[in-house]
Amino acid sequence: MSSSVESLVTKEYKYGFVTDIDADVAPKGLHEDIIRLISAKKQEPEWLLEWRLKAFRGWQKMTEPHAWPNITYAPIDYQDIRYYSAPRTTKPVGSLDEVDPKLLETYTKLGIPLNEQKLLAGVAVDAIFDSVSVGTTYKAKLAEQGIIFCSFGEAVREHPDLVRQYLGSVVPASDNFFAALNAAVFSDGSFVYVPKGVRCPMDLSTYFRINSAETGQFERTLIIADEGASVSYLEGCTAPKRDENQLHAAVVELVALEGASIKYSTVQNWYAGDDEGRGGIYNFVTKRGKCAGANSKISWTQVETGSAITWKYPSVILQGDDSVGEFYSVAVVNGRQQADTGTKMIHMGRNTRSTIVSKGISAGQGQNSYRGQVKVLPRAERARNYTQCDSMLIGNRCGAHTFPYIDVQNSSSSTEHEASTSKIGEDQIFYLKQRGLNTENAISMIVNGFCKEVFKELPMEFAVEAQKLLGISLEGSVG
Amino acid sequence: MSDTLVQELEARAGTATAEGPEWLEPVRRAARERFARTGFPSPRDEEWRFTPIGPIAQGTWRSAPAGARGVTREQLAPFLFGRDDWSTLVFVNGVYAEGLSRTALLPGVRAGSLAEALRADGALLEPHLSRHAPIEGSPFTALNTAFLGDGGVVHVGAGAELTAPIHLLFVTTAEAGGAVVHPRNLLVIERGARAAIIESYVTLAPGQSYWTNPVTEVSVAPGAWVEHTRIQRESERAYHVGLTHVDQYRDSHYRSFTLAMGGALARHNLHVRLNDENIETLMYGLYLTRGEQVADNHTAIYHDQPNCRSWEVYKGILDGRSRAVFNGKVFVKPEAQKTDAKQTNRNLLLSDGAKVDTKPQLEIFADDVKCTHGATVGRLDELARFYARSRGIPAPAADRLLTYAFAAEVIDEVALAPVREELDRLVLERLGGL
Repeated sequence: MSSSVESLVTKEYKYGFVTDIDADVAPKGLHEDIIRLISAKKQEPEWLLEWRLKAFRGWQKMTEPHAWPNITYAPIDYQDIRYYSAPRTTKPVGSLDEVDPKLLETYTKLGIPLNEQKLLAGVAVDAIFDSVSVGTTYKAKLAEQGIIFCSFGEAVREHPDLVRQYLGSVVPASDNFFAALNAAVFSDGSFVYVPKGVRCPMDLSTYFRINSAETGQFERTLIIADEGASVSYLEGCTAPKRDENQLHAAVVELVALEGASIKYSTVQNWYAGDDEGRGGIYNFVTKRGKCAGANSKISWTQVETGSAITWKYPSVILQGDDSVGEFYSVAVVNGRQQADTGTKMIHMGRNTRSTIVSKGISAGQGQNSYRGQVKVLPRAERARNYTQCDSMLIGNRCGAHTFPYIDVQNSSSSTEHEASTSKIGEDQIFYLKQRGLNTENAISMIVNGFCKEVFKELPMEFAVEAQKLLGISLEGSVG
Repeated sequence: MSDTLVQELEARAGTATAEGPEWLEPVRRAARERFARTGFPSPRDEEWRFTPIGPIAQGTWRSAPAGARGVTREQLAPFLFGRDDWSTLVFVNGVYAEGLSRTALLPGVRAGSLAEALRADGALLEPHLSRHAPIEGSPFTALNTAFLGDGGVVHVGAGAELTAPIHLLFVTTAEAGGAVVHPRNLLVIERGARAAIIESYVTLAPGQSYWTNPVTEVSVAPGAWVEHTRIQRESERAYHVGLTHVDQYRDSHYRSFTLAMGGALARHNLHVRLNDENIETLMYGLYLTRGEQVADNHTAIYHDQPNCRSWEVYKGILDGRSRAVFNGKVFVKPEAQKTDAKQTNRNLLLSDGAKVDTKPQLEIFADDVKCTHGATVGRLDELARFYARSRGIPAPAADRLLTYAFAAEVIDEVALAPVREELDRLVLERLGGL
């Protein structure tokens, strides 16, 4: 790196604190009794326990994907993880006033006030602490329009038919190794149902927090937008700084029926580990949406700055005719972070369209891979895909990789893929500096410009947070 | 079956067909052992995921009968082009046919058969043969190396300038039905030399099923300039799995053009390693498929050193129920700063049954580089078709014209005019004229 690009001191991960709270934890280990225990704690019906056990038996026969992802990590001992941890004071979700003040304080510290009166932006939040949901805001207001927004556990109790109809319909329990593990041991998550023709009046949001040591977080989110409905959903996440790696294996399923639209935005800021690569979250997540009906739309936007390892491919199955899939992603790796992320767009219906915009930034000794698949099946007449994936490298100890798979089986379709790799130009920095910006601000401006196409897809509050996060993630790599 | 091939290899070891200089024996043995260990690749192997090699792996393949009995120069006429004074080395069923070949060479240039070179020119071969294409790279390369016996050897000495191209013509006859040939070529272009080499794979028995498994190694010394054209017109029932490995050195220029039209399954791997600074590499490809054909092109360019430029365009025209596979890799090492690499793959689907799997891949470890890739799959532009028809061109003619224009864009990049004209002719013939 040139002389004008010097190192800054890495900023501390500011969400690395631990909340000291009494927790109800399951013993370590993974076997059928643990699954029965989780199911019993959540007072689940028999069919769900059976579904979990079937997933577990399938998982036992599966092997962890090590060959194809462009990531390396020490083997995970699945018997050395706690699969359930809940703050002991949690009541079956009732009024927010009953939530332990310590928990409210934790979320306030994270910048997520659960107190509705204090909430400035009209965003309804479901707060997930380790394995359980500790509170959901604005439930009553949403219910007026028939919108169901609650924890997964509550949905199983209150709306079993909906859960049973859609659970596993997009990501089957046997889908992949981590999805099967999640199906067996998932503890909680968020559930959203937007009825026919309803436009959800506010953004819905889940905030995931891992607190306990030696636990994994396995949450499951299911969002259903019925005919003509629309919803925008946000997801944020943080975890304490610890020397051990923690596993986060979540599943997100989205179902958009005819004319429905779902927008799912993620700002992922799990603890990334220290400079030597000790600790940090293994973020092994399966996210998939199904445009089941005609004219439906699913849009994924993600800003991935945290986690020691990120392995996720938010995908869209474009089943309905004229349906639309979108994927906008910024993935940043610094230190020793590794990311293997991208998307799959499966075009099944006629006139289906998909757009992929992926921006990868690699700094330090980070390794960033874009892996994507665009598949056009024979019936998908006039399907259209546009893919753009750009990489930026900062320093020459990091790497940027692209693995796009394009499989086309219909001649009337059209797919385009473009990728480029570039660096922050000395001349760009020089120009900004002579306009009076310091180096740090100049770099921040260039990087934000590089990511603009993705940031503009984020809801306002998230866009601001994402820009700040990007600055923090890259500090220490350029100066 | 890989077992029978291994048995045959073991039986051959130590017999006349396995003769050669002393240093060659360990090379062949290592390759034999390597293949015995790996066997054919499985579909689970990422490099072979989209290549249906089942018929090769499950078939029983005998060695092709040697000799050019009954083949006449007239029969080869459709495959020869350019001027009469071009050197042409003809190989029938994998074996050099001196009577059909013509060599008219300049000082400093040697061209002949590998079998002859193994007997007489060991010193020339030793630093190059099997030193460029690693047997670990692919089981097919290992197999070719284990059976290594004949093929073309071209040596262009330092500073020599080849005014006319050298044509290596590999012909299969009806006797090759059910057989396998393993041609092995070595092209060594020394410092500051200039050369053009054409490698053709053709058949006199268009209905026959056979298997060609060629490997070509190319060494381009500092300051050398090379144009390498590969024309693959195998029988449409044949299998062709070929590999070209190029090592380039400082200030050299290598340009390749690959035309693939034949084969039930035709795969070609082109690997180019840039071993020093200021190298230029151009890779152009065109594949035309119809019926149930599968055309598979894998390219890899290794930017190991700074200040090099690579440029790649592969285009495909698919008809019937045919399939094309493209995988292009660009590797940029941390020290390869100021790399400028561009890769493009464009596919034109002429029918509803045609399929494309394309995977352009970048692996970049240096920051001050310019690397881009692009891939498209689609059919003829409706607007262009409409325009042509509005100018009075009937629809079928307009489609042929537009399809030819799509192909011509890469053919135009061939430097040597007679080669360019021949490629044009072959493509137009396949498209049914303008």
